[in-house]
Amino acid sequence: MEANDAATQTTGSWSGGNKPLGASYGKMMMWFFIMSDALTFSGFLGAYGLMRFKFLDTWPIADEVFTHIPFIHGDYPMYYVAFMTFVLIFSSVTMVLAVDAGHHLKKGKVIFYMLLTIIGGIIFLGSQAWEWSHFIGGDKGAIQLNDGKIIQFIDAKGHQVKLEDFAAAKTDQRVRHTSSKGIWNVSEPALPPVSLEQVITGFKAHPDLQLRLEKIDSKTKEKLLVPHQDAGSYLANAKRVVIGANLEVNEYGKTLFGDFFFFITGFHGFHVFSGILINIIIFFNVIIGTYERRGHYEMVEKVALYWHFVDLVWVFVFTFFYLV
Amino acid sequence: MTAATSHKALIWKVFGILSVITAVEVFLGITKPAFLHTVYLAGTNLLNIIFLVLTLVKAYYIAWFFMHLADEKKGLRRAIVWTVFFLILYLATLLLLEGDYLRGIEINYTKWNY
Repeated sequence: MEANDAATQTTGSWSGGNKPLGASYGKMMMWFFIMSDALTFSGFLGAYGLMRFKFLDTWPIADEVFTHIPFIHGDYPMYYVAFMTFVLIFSSVTMVLAVDAGHHLKKGKVIFYMLLTIIGGIIFLGSQAWEWSHFIGGDKGAIQLNDGKIIQFIDAKGHQVKLEDFAAAKTDQRVRHTSSKGIWNVSEPALPPVSLEQVITGFKAHPDLQLRLEKIDSKTKEKLLVPHQDAGSYLANAKRVVIGANLEVNEYGKTLFGDFFFFITGFHGFHVFSGILINIIIFFNVIIGTYERRGHYEMVEKVALYWHFVDLVWVFVFTFFYLV
Repeated sequence: MTAATSHKALIWKVFGILSVITAVEVFLGITKPAFLHTVYLAGTNLLNIIFLVLTLVKAYYIAWFFMHLADEKKGLRRAIVWTVFFLILYLATLLLLEGDYLRGIEINYTKWNY
């Protein structure tokens, strides 16, 4: 290719054939794509920042939301997402090692490192799926008031209490409507495990319980608590039991928190997914020797650029969703 | 391309730096030292500013050494980095200022005592 260029190159800066940026067409286009994608992500994260600043005093605290590790009980804030970050960084390292091996035309090493990269990506994606399912499934549960605020329940030690752990026994005969039972052809989503009445009755029977509001005290950085004797007026405004998260409501606090979480980590996860697919395609191309015959492994470099970009975006998502 | 071993050494060094920074971030995120968390600067607390700086340092190492921007010509590097950096800086500044303003409005209409 280089020889070809030299043959067609004419003298003079404006006669064509020059490569002022010293990059091939394909690599430049990948950079163009990455820049536009970076601006898309910054648009999303910017919108998140806007709403985060608007609701600065009521935004859910990430340490209280993401507290779980697979197969382990108890509260361990952030360790799992730190593990995910580490996996993605490590898959970036193996990717750049594959590029490095490609420069020396070591086919076997390119294959090995690309395989590790793909495995790393799959581990990350699986972890994210786990985190999503835990976020959606919910943890302790909460009550939503008529104006949309979320109220959580706290015991004397300051730990959040699961609704089922204090709710009163079921008294009514309410069962889930399905199209074949109850009103003919009318169905409804699954009922929460405890009803609002059970929660309120149970709360009144446990004087050690308090309410926790969404509002954060700017000095202590803790959410405001409502003592048991003052809780009645809040519970009089209760609308429904909320367990888990969806796009309309979540038990952790602001609905927007869940929306941005789903949208931004979902968009990033989709990038990881497509990155894995592209990596797999190039991986098989390496195995069948396409780039060995071509004489260079620039294609590996291009997909590596994309893969590193996905890692780069995660660095920011990690900071803005889990740290700040 | 003779510097094969040195390139690999650089990659592992960058990996070490990124891992250490991530570990520091996670440590600060879990402990949230009060002397950082409750001191305010530029509209946010000191801890958040540290997170932001560490994130930018990580981004620098990924872009320069993993994405090989360090090996690109200066013109290409600046065309990429400056464009993205300043556009995002501009967008983020406007949106965050606006968000802060909206907070000042919204806070008057939200009641917490029932």
